[in-house]
Amino acid sequence: MSKKSLTFAGIIVTSMLSLGTAHAAGECAVGKTIEEGVLTVATGNPAYFPWVIDNAPEAGKGFEAAVAYAVAAQMGFEADQVTWTTSSFDQAIQPGQKNFDFNLQQFSITEDREKVVDFSVPYYTSALAVIVRQQAIDAGALPTLESLKGLVWGADANTTATPIIQSLIAPSSDPLLYDDTVDVIEAMNANQIDATLLDLPVALYQAAAVMDDGVVLGQFPADESNSPDHFGLLMEKGNPIKTCVDAALTALSESGQLAEIEAEWLQQATDVPMIE
Amino acid sequence: MAEDAALPLKMSRAAYNAQKKRRSLIVASTSMLTVLALIYYFVPRAPGWERVKDSFFNWDVFIGTFPKLLDAFLIDVMIFAWCAPAIAIWGLVIALCRDARSPALFPLRVFATVYNDVFRGVPVILVIYLIGFGIPGLGLSRTWSNPYIWGSLALILSYSAYVAEVYRAGIESIHESQRSAAKSLGLSHWHTMSHVILPQAFRRVIPANMNNFISLQKDVALVSFIGPVELLRQAGVEKSLLANFTPYVGAALIFLSVTIPATRLADHLIAKQNRERG
Repeated sequence: MSKKSLTFAGIIVTSMLSLGTAHAAGECAVGKTIEEGVLTVATGNPAYFPWVIDNAPEAGKGFEAAVAYAVAAQMGFEADQVTWTTSSFDQAIQPGQKNFDFNLQQFSITEDREKVVDFSVPYYTSALAVIVRQQAIDAGALPTLESLKGLVWGADANTTATPIIQSLIAPSSDPLLYDDTVDVIEAMNANQIDATLLDLPVALYQAAAVMDDGVVLGQFPADESNSPDHFGLLMEKGNPIKTCVDAALTALSESGQLAEIEAEWLQQATDVPMIE
Repeated sequence: MAEDAALPLKMSRAAYNAQKKRRSLIVASTSMLTVLALIYYFVPRAPGWERVKDSFFNWDVFIGTFPKLLDAFLIDVMIFAWCAPAIAIWGLVIALCRDARSPALFPLRVFATVYNDVFRGVPVILVIYLIGFGIPGLGLSRTWSNPYIWGSLALILSYSAYVAEVYRAGIESIHESQRSAAKSLGLSHWHTMSHVILPQAFRRVIPANMNNFISLQKDVALVSFIGPVELLRQAGVEKSLLANFTPYVGAALIFLSVTIPATRLADHLIAKQNRERG
């Protein structure tokens, strides 16, 4: 807990420094957006629950859709001055002009990625959860590292879950990798893998609403895992709008608005055991 | 006497041809060099070149990821190694079904026709998903739901359809008179096939089938959609972690190192065959 608040304090201090150059919310972004007076936000297609509800980010429903509108409002953009576009992960990191001011689709901030693109300060820090089917639990799977090592793992190849599984769990057989979460879950249903690592809100949703017999076996607390999963808004490298976005996010987290959005859209898990 | 007179003429023609060949060689290499020089000069002057170079041709990323890519390529080689013979055999079975001439075997012809229509018409990736996730989803044990088994089966089913069509073209290219001749010698249908038609048909379709297997060599990567971490997937993972496309360039080089020699061999075989027939 103390570790978490320390990191958070660090983030706030760094953003305070950048705040120094940022002016009042409305003026900051002038001349910095790709289209004047309009904030263009990108997300995935499809965008998934609970990040965006019904793949319609313009409705402002879902955690990331709500964060985008809150950031926009903080930066001085009315809701009707926000336009949405879609991008894949690859489009987000390709060299050349971007077609968005910022892009949010649960991008984990990593040092390697920061060499190529810019990230905002984190808008969410996710705990990672292990999801399995009931049959694995019947076979004796427990929320302990020892037990997790013996499972067959699968993961979305485009996420940071792969190295985290390798470093945190180090399973005895090599993980199988898939294109997206849908395929990972399908492989679990096809009895090809036992377990996968998902962001906790996604894991809760998959277990409750998508899978017939999915169970969230346990979670790695966000502040204790070796690679905490901080989500950042992705921007083109060197985009001057970063200072405005960072200032807006910092203000939102200080005012408690970000926590409110989180409480509204992301299911709070009280009964998922911690893994040891 | 007449031969002596013809000799200088012959020599001058040889000299003329050699000169012509030299000249075209000079023209070809000059134009090639010019094109390369233009690319070399202009591409790095494009405003975004540094970014593109960083994203696609990043030496550090290349060196850091290439050994892992080579390791992953072994999986492709493995899948190819067991799929290729199975495709060659199953493709032949389908081709023979299509060539069945007895009225009683009509259902076989229908089966083979429908088979070819379906598997040539449906994208390989869909077949891989359907078989790779669908069949194990029916409730197979862990051993039998292995994605390598079902991914390979999907490749075998799809590619057999293409290979069968090539075989069929080969079989039909053998002149009808050879069947009649075999019949008049008292050979049965199957003996005619195994001793007269197929040995010739096989030889004729080797180059065409090599092209099928070259393309199989690349499509093996599609099995990664249902789990196995082969070359393309490994490159994708590195790309995602480093936010850099260089690992894909590395993967392309590995694929090329196999496909280019194989394509040249196929070209060579085709040219040889054309010379023999011509």
